[in-house]
Amino acid sequence: MKEVTIAEAPQGHSGAGFFATSFDEAIGLARSYSLWPLPFATSCCGIEFMATMGAHYDISRFGSERPSFSPRQADLLMVMGTIAKKMAPVVKQVYLQMAEPRWVLAVGACASSGGIFDTYSVLQGIDRIIPVDCYVPGCPPRPEQIIDGLMHIQYLAQNEKLRRRNTDEYQHLLASYNIQ
Amino acid sequence: MAEIELLPHNVPSQAELPELVEELTTLNLGPTHPATHGIFQNILKMDGEKIVSGEQTIGYIHRAFEKIAERRPFYQITTLTDRMNYCSSPINNFGWHMTVEKLLQIEVPKRAQYIRVIMMELARISDHLICNSILGVDTGAFSGFLYVMQKREDIYEIYEEVCGARLTTNMGRIGGMERDLSTTAIRKIRDFIKTFPPVLQEFEKLMSRNRIFMDRTINVGGISLERALSYGFTGPNLRAAGLDYDVRVMNPYSSYEDFDFSIPIGQSGDTFDRYNVRIEEMWQSLKIVEQALNNLPEGPYYADAPEYYLPPKKEVYNNMEALIYHFKIVMGEIDAPAGEVYHAVEGGNGELGFYLISDGGRAPYRLHFRRPSFIYYQAYPEMCKGSTLSDAILTMSSLNVIAGELDA
Amino acid sequence: MLSNQEVAEELLGKYGDQVFDFEEPYGLLTLSTTRENIIPVLEFLRDHKSYQVNFLTDLTGVQYPENKGKEFMVVYHMHSFIHNFRIRIKVSIPEADIHIPTATGLFASANWMERETYDFYGILFDGHPNLIRILNIEEMDYFPMRKEYPLEDATREDKIDALFGR
Repeated sequence: MKEVTIAEAPQGHSGAGFFATSFDEAIGLARSYSLWPLPFATSCCGIEFMATMGAHYDISRFGSERPSFSPRQADLLMVMGTIAKKMAPVVKQVYLQMAEPRWVLAVGACASSGGIFDTYSVLQGIDRIIPVDCYVPGCPPRPEQIIDGLMHIQYLAQNEKLRRRNTDEYQHLLASYNIQ
Repeated sequence: MAEIELLPHNVPSQAELPELVEELTTLNLGPTHPATHGIFQNILKMDGEKIVSGEQTIGYIHRAFEKIAERRPFYQITTLTDRMNYCSSPINNFGWHMTVEKLLQIEVPKRAQYIRVIMMELARISDHLICNSILGVDTGAFSGFLYVMQKREDIYEIYEEVCGARLTTNMGRIGGMERDLSTTAIRKIRDFIKTFPPVLQEFEKLMSRNRIFMDRTINVGGISLERALSYGFTGPNLRAAGLDYDVRVMNPYSSYEDFDFSIPIGQSGDTFDRYNVRIEEMWQSLKIVEQALNNLPEGPYYADAPEYYLPPKKEVYNNMEALIYHFKIVMGEIDAPAGEVYHAVEGGNGELGFYLISDGGRAPYRLHFRRPSFIYYQAYPEMCKGSTLSDAILTMSSLNVIAGELDA
Repeated sequence: MLSNQEVAEELLGKYGDQVFDFEEPYGLLTLSTTRENIIPVLEFLRDHKSYQVNFLTDLTGVQYPENKGKEFMVVYHMHSFIHNFRIRIKVSIPEADIHIPTATGLFASANWMERETYDFYGILFDGHPNLIRILNIEEMDYFPMRKEYPLEDATREDKIDALFGR
């Protein structure tokens, strides 16, 4: 059998029969390796996400085994593809339905900035309506890039302080998007 | 013992009963429903599990292709066609190039035409693979999807070898191809021709005669030929309804007349027929790729059209004339002749038409895309009327509606 | 094989001077008619015993703002599978009276194509069962494909000329 690599233990104190660490570290570790993504695939980048999900690139290796199509159980919103102005309220609605802690990954040029579609009907980047944690450039990005973006989100999840979401700074951020 | 007074048993008459009201449920299918593969909304009126009527909303990724096209030089429009039907973008791109070549009356060399055919047929295979494997996923068979996705990666590797990109494959130019097929590309295509049939056979074994799959798809989402024509069906969906209309045969472009292939047709136009037509088309496409590769003519891979085809870099640095052309093409300073062209190619979903009006300027005056899935998707409520919700999902995925093409 | 000449003569014989501007750009028979005659012409071609031009390939709009009195044009592409024959029919309409009868009675596929044309250009198809916007949001108060409206999104602030050295 091949050797199984397991995630490194967080910093802490260990002795005979015990291991002590902080909640931040332990929960961060657990969260980062079981991020359930909500694939919000609208266009071309969604096809690349299909490749990412398939056997060749296999996003499951990074703990995203289960794409959660219900926002209520999702941790990570992956917005892939152009978001038209008609679609914008839907994206926001989906984001609002997600429970904290939630992360957002903008995959592709269109989701990040509107991309080549600087037109009357396209939203110029989803960060105009919801806060974004990580941007993946490319039109469309390669599956490796999408996985790289996911790993950045894992890093964020791992190193986030548990109370970060209660800070004033975070509340201000949400308030700037008119999210309560 | 006291006598018990028996009360008359009071049975209400039929007229006194409260009237039973049949209540219809409204179900919002989409725009982010996981089973819709792309974003479009269907507001379904349901009687229990039966669909009574449906109302469609589309336009959730309307990106204004036609408006952008009016502001871009001809060679930049491939960035739009790339992203139209993103499952088979080479067909869109070459379709556009052929439209411009028709306007300019450029004769493309045979070699370029054959390379185009190879690429277009590979694109058709990848398009149909996605459609049929997703149809499998919707019936609950996930493994078929995983098998064929692996082969789609091989097609993407061929694209990468030819042009460097996986999905948005800008590999053609007005007048020919951007570059010749490299030996690696040819080897990869040969490998694909060899390794794809076992996988497709395996996929067929998994699905085609699978009792569950047959029960789920036969007589589901059918449409009669007459209605299909009225609704403007083209491509595999029309052929499944029983008409052998294929642009490749009726109006051959890019040397399709040189190849020997047949057009599969269905009978009842149901989901099973659509699936079978797509499977058979993949075999035919493979046949065309093989023929084109074996008979690949020697010669140049681009036409002599210096005003539209970028000169080689070496020439640009050493030759004044080439430098001028290079500058003019890149800056989009070439005036195209005035004219009006309609050119159609057989896209992954049907007749993909380009209606181009040029007023003699540097950009199209008007460019309209005839997007097959936009036109036939309007038949969907009629097709799923009276069927159950789970069947309606299959009907939708077998129609292969691509959101980017639908909304333009 | 049906020739352009044959169809053109037949149409001229039936509709006289109501069909005009015959052309053959790149071999495709192109003609114009008036909006009063467009539906009869389409129906005639569709129901013709031998031609059977019964497939509406495409329907779209074009705008010519300079052409006063004929600012808008609706273009129909028809196809006969029997003869592999294509025909293009154009109808010009003025901006002041931007109406044309609907073809939904003849072809089910005309429904969305007409809605799209309405959405882009504001051309009103009389008798259409559900003439509302299809691609854009309902609240949009202009017709974006008209030449006078800009392509770009008006809310972009980062497109400053200085950043691009202009």
